[in-house]
Amino acid sequence: AVLKKRLVKLVVNFLFYFRTDEAEPIGALLLEHCRITKEEENVFSISFIEEPESKYCFECATEEQCQEWVEALKRASYEFLRRSLIFYRNEIQKMTGKDPLEQYGISEEARFQLGAHRQ
Amino acid sequence: MKLNERSVAHYATCDSPADHAGFLRKRVERHHHHAHHHGTSYQRRWFVLKGNLLFYFEERESREPMGLVVLEGCTVELCEAAEEFAFAIRFDDAGARAYVLVADGQAAMEAWVKALSRASFDYMRLVVRELEKQLEEACKSLAACRKSPRRSSSSGRKRHLSNPALLPLQEKPTALENGYSTWGSGGCVAGGATCTDYDGGQTKPPPLPPRRRSAAGSATGSPAPGLSPAMLESPVSPETICFSKLHNWYGQEIAVLRREWQERQKRGHP
Repeated sequence: AVLKKRLVKLVVNFLFYFRTDEAEPIGALLLEHCRITKEEENVFSISFIEEPESKYCFECATEEQCQEWVEALKRASYEFLRRSLIFYRNEIQKMTGKDPLEQYGISEEARFQLGAHRQ
Repeated sequence: MKLNERSVAHYATCDSPADHAGFLRKRVERHHHHAHHHGTSYQRRWFVLKGNLLFYFEERESREPMGLVVLEGCTVELCEAAEEFAFAIRFDDAGARAYVLVADGQAAMEAWVKALSRASFDYMRLVVRELEKQLEEACKSLAACRKSPRRSSSSGRKRHLSNPALLPLQEKPTALENGYSTWGSGGCVAGGATCTDYDGGQTKPPPLPPRRRSAAGSATGSPAPGLSPAMLESPVSPETICFSKLHNWYGQEIAVLRREWQERQKRGHP
């Protein structure tokens, strides 16, 4: 496999990639239901749940940069953020007896529920 | 612009719960120039909102979406001039097309506008940061309260200290990252642990999502009104280019793209 130099940008739950001299991206990866794996030195990969064998590999300039990317990408999905919210909400509720979302008027919103059906 | 369509389609159609779903009539946007618009037409589509992504399908049973709208840097407003129960999704980027949608009734319209207005990743991140702070403060208060139990002002919180349901500190299971491992494992509970260790006395907040640093070429978002300067990150304009390209790609609704993809799938192309 040939490695191509790309400018890579994480924007919310999308990873955009550019040819280094261009302003518009040539591609994007939606980062939901994906797994970020640290591979060999300086390398990490992204794979998706429906095709776990197919990996998008990225080689970084340094190992430190690689670790930064792995950490950032592992927390990049909307679903991760949602679970963090539900976790914090639950914790605050247990500790203080109050639902912290009430003050924003969003406690009943479907997207913030700790439902049994939600994964 | 390439996109990992198969993964996107999988995410759109898998049975992870949607934040909202229903039929909406979508205004057809004409790309070629007319001297006069000969009236506008609408097409009924099945819409599914998951996180910050609004998918639409030709029909409810369709196996892959026709289109995708990324709900970042946009406003959702009522369209008084158009049809009844109409609303529009408009983007800060002037080049990006607007989406005019029509609901079946008043209640449906209100539900959609509410759901879509709170769908952005940025909004979710805002709320999470707020809760992080509140949790830290709550932990600190409880720790302080624990050290000096005679303070009558903390009597309310002391009741929680004796709660037998409190568990020792656990790390959030890392298997939850990006929804990958929970998928197919029959679901998982996100929490189930408190952030306080009453035996040790030293509280530790749970792992926080890292701040995105623009220097590392990472995420930015549109600044929300009322935010303190510390929470604002890079301006949105470079990224809206990315998203409008994404919208254009999907906004074309070209059957060719779908056919090509279907053909590749049939041929077993990876």
